[in-house]
Formats: sequence, C-alpha cells, structure tokens
Amino acid sequence: MAEQRQRLYFDEVNEGDEIPAFVVEKLTRTDIVRYAGASGDFNPIHHDQTFAEAAGNPTVFGHGMLTAGFVGKCVTDYVGLHNLRRFKVRFATRVWPGDTITCRGRVTRKYDADGVHCIDGELQALNQKGETAVHGSFTAVVPGREVDH
Amino acid sequence: MDKSAVGRTGQPVTMVVELGKVREFARAVKDPNPVYFDEDLARREAGGIMAPPTFLMTIGFWDDGRGRPKLDMDLRRLLHGEQEFEYLKPIYVGDVLTAVSRVEKVFEKQGARGGTMTFAVTATEFRNQKDELVAVSRSTAIETGQVVKRD
Repeated sequence: MAEQRQRLYFDEVNEGDEIPAFVVEKLTRTDIVRYAGASGDFNPIHHDQTFAEAAGNPTVFGHGMLTAGFVGKCVTDYVGLHNLRRFKVRFATRVWPGDTITCRGRVTRKYDADGVHCIDGELQALNQKGETAVHGSFTAVVPGREVDH
Repeated sequence: MDKSAVGRTGQPVTMVVELGKVREFARAVKDPNPVYFDEDLARREAGGIMAPPTFLMTIGFWDDGRGRPKLDMDLRRLLHGEQEFEYLKPIYVGDVLTAVSRVEKVFEKQGARGGTMTFAVTATEFRNQKDELVAVSRSTAIETGQVVKRD
C-alpha cells in the first residue's frame, strides 16, 4: 500500500507553533559549488578563492539563495510543497564554509481566506553564533479533515 | 535617484522544468524529500513532481541576459536584498514556462551605516504552456552608498 506521510491538519495548528528545525552541519565549499551548478549562479565570488580575496573577502561564501533553499526545505517539510503559496527571504549575514546553519520558524497567524484554511509564518536561518543569515516568511494553505482522502 | 528604469520590461524567456535539474537542485539544497524522487508518491501528494520553492532562480540557465530589464545600478555596489515567490498554480516537471520581467519600483532608504541605498524591485511573471500564470517572483536589488565593504 502507498506510503502515508505525516500531514499537517488545520485543526492541529496553532499560532505560535514551532516549525521543526533543519540543521546543515558545517557547510563545505563543495556544497557551495554544487549549488552553483544546480542554480546556474556562477558568480566567482562564491567559488573562486583568488577572486574572493581580491574582492576583500577571507574566502568564498555561500549564495544567499543556497541558504534560502535550506529554509525552503524547512518550510516545505512542514506544510507540504504543494501547499506553499508565498515564500519570501531577506538576506542579512553571509554564510561561510564551516558554518552550521539552523533553519527554523514559527506559525504567526491562522485564518481562513476565500474559503481556504491558511497559515502565515516567520522563518530564520541562523549561523552557529546565533546570527541571522536569512529572515523569511511564508503563507501556506493547510487542509482540514473534511478534505482528507 | 533615477527612477527611469520603472516599467522597463525584459524580453520573454522560455524555461523548461527538467526532471534532472529539479533533482539536482533538490540535492543542492540538501532536500531528500521523496516528492522530488518518487514519482508515484509525488503524483498522489501533489499531482506530479513539482519544482522546489526556489527553483525558479534557475531561469538564469535559460536567459542570455535579454530577459532582465536593465536597472542602471553600479554592479560593484549591488547586493541581492530580498527574494519573494508567489505560487499561484503547481509547477510540474515537463512544464514549459515563459517568464517576463518588469522593473516594478525603485526607491531610496537611508542606510544604517550612513549613505543612501537605492532599492529596485523586479517582478517576474511565469506562465506555463497553457498560458496559466503559475508564479510571480520579486527580486530586490540594493545599490549601497559606497562599494560594498564585505563584513
């Protein structure tokens, strides 16, 4: 029989609920290069040590959208990919090789709009020093029991 | 502040949502969610394998630059400040998307460390092969007052 995965239901969600954290331990240069290849963003500042130093950086640093991608994984694990309706990120501190990134979030609002159950939430990606690399927010639809199948 | 870029539109860019790229992208953001790798499960949960939430950034693969309206900003002072996505309909593997970008607004703010920062928001509308509007992305570029001093 088909695998049944844990689903989020509207009657189980409360404002203030924590979104389970997703942790990326010790980001590597290879992780950064893999994202460059996957995204097509080959700005050398993210993979070329010589270029990064010439631009005044100690070394290469991660794409903001790589960290945003980790945050996206965190939120879609919680709401389900097909339920996400809006996702926004704002970039703050940069992410460096060796950094451990913790993505987490919280439900801030639970409501009905146009006859659909919705939640809004805030998201964050923090480095190991507790500094915010990415601030995020999202809106998702959440199924009620009545539409369960 | 030069606001003349507002309303400027890039040429349409066509982008194919490819299974291999979707999976490569999911791996790159360390997302082993079977919804990208198990077609049966994806069909049951979502109607098919969908693109990850930030996958639309790969439009760069399909765009030789003509899709991006010019911002008249100094690249040495440019930062990617914000990125937003609105998802209006599911985007599935196999879809052929056409993206049109338009400079939505240009505005100024005082920077925390002094100097004026100029913000430019470019909105990109993605339509699928059925001409349905499936997503809108908004990218905020920030031109700092001086050449970016990296931390």
